[in-house]
Amino acid sequence: MDRIPILKLGGALIVSIQVDMHDRLALALEEDLTAMIARTGARGVLIEISALEIVDSFIGRMLVSIAAVSRVLDAETVVAGMRPAVAITLVELGLELTGIKTALNVERGMALIQVRLSEEDDGHGSDRDRHED
Amino acid sequence: MSTDGAGVLERILTEDEAAILDAWNTALREGASLQGGRIREAELRTQAKAVLGQLRDALASNSLDADGEGFAPLRETLADISRSRAIQGFTPTDTANFVFSLKEPIFEALRRSADVDASTLAAGVWAAGKVLDRLGLHTMEVFLASREEVIGRQGQEIAELSTPVVRLWDGILALPLIGTLDSARTGVVMENLLQAIVDEEAEIAIIDITGVPTVDTLVAQHLLKTVAAARLMGADCIVSGIRPQIAQTMVHLGVELNVVSKATLADAFAVALKRTGRKVVRQQAPAEERR
Repeated sequence: MDRIPILKLGGALIVSIQVDMHDRLALALEEDLTAMIARTGARGVLIEISALEIVDSFIGRMLVSIAAVSRVLDAETVVAGMRPAVAITLVELGLELTGIKTALNVERGMALIQVRLSEEDDGHGSDRDRHED
Repeated sequence: MSTDGAGVLERILTEDEAAILDAWNTALREGASLQGGRIREAELRTQAKAVLGQLRDALASNSLDADGEGFAPLRETLADISRSRAIQGFTPTDTANFVFSLKEPIFEALRRSADVDASTLAAGVWAAGKVLDRLGLHTMEVFLASREEVIGRQGQEIAELSTPVVRLWDGILALPLIGTLDSARTGVVMENLLQAIVDEEAEIAIIDITGVPTVDTLVAQHLLKTVAAARLMGADCIVSGIRPQIAQTMVHLGVELNVVSKATLADAFAVALKRTGRKVVRQQAPAEERR
């Protein structure tokens, strides 16, 4: 079964969904991502969905649950590049993805994550250093 | 009897065509059809002649069924006339009278006709009444349908005109809403806004509802949907221009808009500029304000 690749870039993980999501792929992604966050200690997850043309309630719920799991693992999820049609569909489905940050494109999404990363470095820098040692 | 009536009518129309046409034209001229000079007399004459000719042809098929095959060309002509009347702004009465005013000349002609006995006369009158009533109704139907079409087109144009998305600054869009938001319009508004967000790479969209007359729970729900969809695209929304009465109504109804809202478009724009890291300053401050 094919899987969606997860890239690590600094303190962030990047997932670019380029294929039609089906339910098993979504579940596999959630699993892989969770494992990856735990392993790398990433603080931000960027999910890029500009190639995603069709969403259903399951994919919407999957996004919400990925965000929730990431939050538990202290990583922030940013969804970037949603198409207008997808946004309308999600709203009509009643899935407003509360608690997930959104960005127009990857660039802005990365900027959002960078802001959080730099805040973390300022605030809890010593904590994090010790943890990594 | 009906075949008999059609035959009588056809004969009368053939024999007495000129007289009937003259009388009909007089009736049309005296009626309201020419008023206001919306249509020329010559044009009216041409139409009358064409209709009369086709009525005769239709009756030649020995049928009185105005919805039938033989009447198809006549119905077509009447529909054209009726449609042009609707566009020229004629009243429904004028349009219907075009056909109904043919009754009297035909009845007159039947009466004049020498070799007609009472029962044939009755048959002819009945036949003429039946056919012309049906044709009159047909013109009305077409007339109304054309009017509906005009109204529908206008409605569509209004909907298109009233949902513009304006670019205020780099990355700042404004959506001045005018008129009531129903589901259909919300759809159009949402699509326009989201597409504009993509095209302009906007960060902030200001939805100005100064022109929305009332905000009830349904309108508020539609607004919230639009805001949520814009947020999913990565753009923040600010709602502006909520008038005092509307604010009161909303609170009384228990409608909550959980979005940033500002009193005026100017305030919202200022917030938007601030969020995007911009500031409006005077080039030279007036002396009393300089500190």
